[in-house]
Amino acid sequence: MELSTILFAIAGLAALSYVAGRQRAILVGARDAAPKFHSLPGYHGAYLAFWCVLPLLLVFAAWVVLEPSFLRASVLAALPSEFATASGDELSLTYNQVRNFVEGSSVAQNVSADIAAAADVYTAALDNSRLLLAWLLGGMAVLLFAIAWRRIAPAFRARNLVEKAIEYLFIAASLVAILTTIGIFVSVLFEAIRFFQQVSVFDFLFGLDWSPQTAIREDQVGSSGAFGAVPLFGGTLLISGIAMLVAAPVGLMAAIYLSEYASPRLRNYAKPMLEILAGIPTVVYGYFAALTVGPLLRGVGDSLNLPVSSESALGVGLVMGIMIIPFVSSLSDDVINAVPQSLRDGSYGLGATQSETIRQVVLPAALPGIVGALLLAISRAIGETMIVVMAAGLSANLTVNPLDSVTTVTVQIVTLLTGDQEFDSAKTLSAFALGLVLFLVTLLLNVIALNVVRRYREQYE
Amino acid sequence: MTRSNSDLKARVGAGIRRRYWHERVFRALGFGALLVGLAFLGFFFYTLIATGYTALRQTRVLLEIEYRAETLDPAGNRDLAEIRQADFQGLVRDALQRRFPEVTERNSRRELFALMSEGAGLELRNRVLDRVPGNPDFIGTTESLWLLAAADTDMVVKGHIDRAVDESLRRVSDAQLGWIEALEADGSVALRFNKYFFTGGNSSDPELAGIWAATVGSFYMLIVTLALSFPLGVATAIYLEEFARKNRWTDLIEVNINNLAAVPSIVFGLLGLSLFINTFGLPRQAPVVGGLVLSLMTLPVIIIASRAALTAVPPSIRDAALAVGASRMQTVLHHVLPLALPGMLTGTIIGMARALGESAPLLMIGMVAFIVDVPDSPLDAATALPVQVYLWAELPERAFVERTSAAILVLLAFLLLMNLTAVLLRKRFERRY
Repeated sequence: MELSTILFAIAGLAALSYVAGRQRAILVGARDAAPKFHSLPGYHGAYLAFWCVLPLLLVFAAWVVLEPSFLRASVLAALPSEFATASGDELSLTYNQVRNFVEGSSVAQNVSADIAAAADVYTAALDNSRLLLAWLLGGMAVLLFAIAWRRIAPAFRARNLVEKAIEYLFIAASLVAILTTIGIFVSVLFEAIRFFQQVSVFDFLFGLDWSPQTAIREDQVGSSGAFGAVPLFGGTLLISGIAMLVAAPVGLMAAIYLSEYASPRLRNYAKPMLEILAGIPTVVYGYFAALTVGPLLRGVGDSLNLPVSSESALGVGLVMGIMIIPFVSSLSDDVINAVPQSLRDGSYGLGATQSETIRQVVLPAALPGIVGALLLAISRAIGETMIVVMAAGLSANLTVNPLDSVTTVTVQIVTLLTGDQEFDSAKTLSAFALGLVLFLVTLLLNVIALNVVRRYREQYE
Repeated sequence: MTRSNSDLKARVGAGIRRRYWHERVFRALGFGALLVGLAFLGFFFYTLIATGYTALRQTRVLLEIEYRAETLDPAGNRDLAEIRQADFQGLVRDALQRRFPEVTERNSRRELFALMSEGAGLELRNRVLDRVPGNPDFIGTTESLWLLAAADTDMVVKGHIDRAVDESLRRVSDAQLGWIEALEADGSVALRFNKYFFTGGNSSDPELAGIWAATVGSFYMLIVTLALSFPLGVATAIYLEEFARKNRWTDLIEVNINNLAAVPSIVFGLLGLSLFINTFGLPRQAPVVGGLVLSLMTLPVIIIASRAALTAVPPSIRDAALAVGASRMQTVLHHVLPLALPGMLTGTIIGMARALGESAPLLMIGMVAFIVDVPDSPLDAATALPVQVYLWAELPERAFVERTSAAILVLLAFLLLMNLTAVLLRKRFERRY
C-alpha cells in the first residue's frame, strides 16, 4: 500500500468524523427535553475529527521515520553469509542496489541472484510493514472514534478543547523556526567536528595554505591536502569590502535623496524601481558579473597595461555592491524616516540648510540604525553565493590586490559539495567547517545589527 | 561702524554662498546615487534583452526530403514499431547530399551534415509516424520541409559568428560558410519561432535545449514550499501576535526568526544536505527536498509579513468581538484573520518570488544534474529555473549565451508577475482604519 493512499484515507477520516460529530450533536440537540448545548455542533465535529486524526498522524509520522531502518535490517539479515563480514559502506551499496532493483531503475536490471533474492525480501518486508500500519491505524481510528463519539453531549465543552488543541498546534508551528536554527547548528557542527578530528582547529583557522585536493592514492604528489582557511577569509573580506565600498555610499545617498529631497512623485516611481534591483535573483547578477563586467574590466585593464584577471575581485565586488544597494537604501530609508520631524524643524529654525540638517542632525540621530543596516548588508555580502560562484576564482590567493582573482568561503563550499565525492573525506567535511564559520559570523553580525536597529526604533517610538 | 557692518554682510554672504553650494553638491550627490542604481537597472535589462531576444527564433533550412521506402520500411509492412527505429537522420543527410552533390570527400560530407541538427531527424520521425497510419502511401513521396538547423548554422545566420574572421578562429569552416551562404542565396534559410526553447528539457545540443523541464521543476518546488511554509508561517504569526505572553521564551523565538531571515541561503543548503539527504535518506535532486529547504528559508519572511498584517488590524475589532462573547480563538479566527489575510498573502507571494529565484541551496542538494525529461511528480529528479540559468551560463557555446539571457528573461517575467500580483493584492484590499 502506498503511503499517499494511507494519508488520503486519514484525510477522508477527518472529513467523515467532522460531519458525523456535527450531525450527532445536531440530532442529540433536536431531541425533546435536551438541554441547551454548550458548544456549537461544528465544535463537536471538530473535536471528533481531532481525536481521530491527530494520534493517527503521529503514528504515521513515526512509522515513516522508522520504516527505512526496519527494511534495511530485514534485507541485510536475509543476505547470504558472505556479506556478514562486509563493511558498512559495502552493505549500504548492496542495500541501494536492492532498492534500485525493486524500483525498476534501468541501471540495476542485471544483478546477481543474491540481490534478486534480497529484493524479494525487501518487497515482502515492505508489504508487511504497510499492511501492519494500515491495520494499526484502522484499529486506532475505530477505538478513538468510539471514545470521542460517546462524549458528545449537551454539557460537553467541545469548543474549549478544540480551541486548546488549535492553540497547541500554533505553538508547535512556532517551534519549527527554533528547530530550524537548532537543526542548522547541530547538523553543521556535527560534520564540522568530524572534520576537526582530522585537521586541527588551529590549522584550519590560522593556516595560510588552502588546497583541499586530497589524493586518491597514498603515494600521489601533494596528497596531504592543506586546510588553512585564511586565504578564503581574506578573499571573502576583500570582495565584501569592495561591495560595501560601492553599496554603502550609493545606497545611503540614494536613501537620503529619496527620503529628504525627492518629490512624492519621484519617490513613488524610483523606490519600487530600486526594489526591482533587490528582487533580481543572484544567479542573474552572477551571470552578469561573469559575462559582462569581468571581461569589461579585463579589457579596460589591458588598455591601461594593468594585469586584470577576468575573475578579478574588483568585478565581483562591484556587481555584489550593486546587488546590495537597494538593501542598504531601503533599510536606511526606514531608519531616516523614523527620525522625528521635530529634530529637523529645530535645525531649520536655527537657520541650517537642508544638507546641514541632514549631515549634522538627521544622520547622527539615525546613526545606530544606519550602522545596523550596514552590518546586515555586510552579513549579506559575506554569505552571498551565486555571484562569487559564477564570477570569482577557484584558486586561494592570499592577496589584497583587487585586480587579482580570489576565492571565497561560499565558493569553496559549493565546489567541495557539488560533484561526486565520498562523504567521509576531510575534503568534503571541510565544507561544513567553512559553513559553521559562515553561520557563526553571520549570526553574530545579524544579532548585533538586529539589536542595534531594535533599540534605535524603541528610542523614537 | 558701517564699514564693519558691510564687512560682516560680505562675510556672511560668502558663507551663505558657500553653504548653498554645499547644499547643491550634496543634493546632486544624492540624485547621482539614485541614478547609479537606476542606470544599472536599465543597463541590466538592456543587456539581457539585447542578448536574449534572438533566442526566440531559430534557423530552419528548407530541404527536399524523400521518404525512401528502403530506409524507412524495408520490410514494406508499415509496422510503426519498425519505422520508429529507422534512420531518419539519414533522410536529412540524403537531402543535403542531393542539394550539394559536389561534396563527396568523407570529411567534407561530415561537415556538410553537421549543418543540420539531430532534431531534424526527430521532427521527420514524428511527421512520418503521424502520417503513415492514415496514409500508408506517404512513404515513397517527396516533400519540402523547413527543418531544424544546428546551433552553429543558427549562430552564423544570426550573425553571432563573424563571417569575416579567419577560419582558424571560427567554429564554422569556410566550406560550411559557403554552403550556408548558398542556401541563404536561394531563400532556403529562415528564422522561425523557437519552440524547443519553451517545450524542451536540457540538452547538450543548444538548438534543442529548453526551459520547460526546469520550469516544471521550479513549479513543483514552489507548490511544496507554499504548502509547508504558508500554514506554518501564519500559525506561528498568530501564536506570537495573538496568544503568546511577552516573556523570554517568545523573545527568543522572535530574535531567532529575525535572525533566520538573514542567514545566508547556502547555510540552508548545508542543512538540507546533511539532514534531509544524509540523515533522512531523501532522494537527491527531488523537488520535494528542494521545496523543504526553500520552505525553511521562506518561513521567516512569511512570519514577519503575517505578524505585520496582524498588528495592522486595530484592537477595536478584537474588543468588539470579545465584547459580544466570542472566545479568544473565535475572535482571532473569525474576525482578525480574515482582515489580516490579504497582507499575509502579499508577504507569502513575495516570499515565494524569492524562493523561485534562489539557487545556492539547490546546488547543495544536488539539483544541478543534467535533466532532459520533464519531471512527472515532485519525487522525480528535476532542476529549477535559476539553476538552469547557472548551468547554461557555465557553457562555452555562443548559442547558450542567448538562451541563458532568454531563460533569465523568462525567470524575471515570472518574478515580475508574482510581485505585481502582490502589489495589486495590497492595493485592492488595503484598508485604512
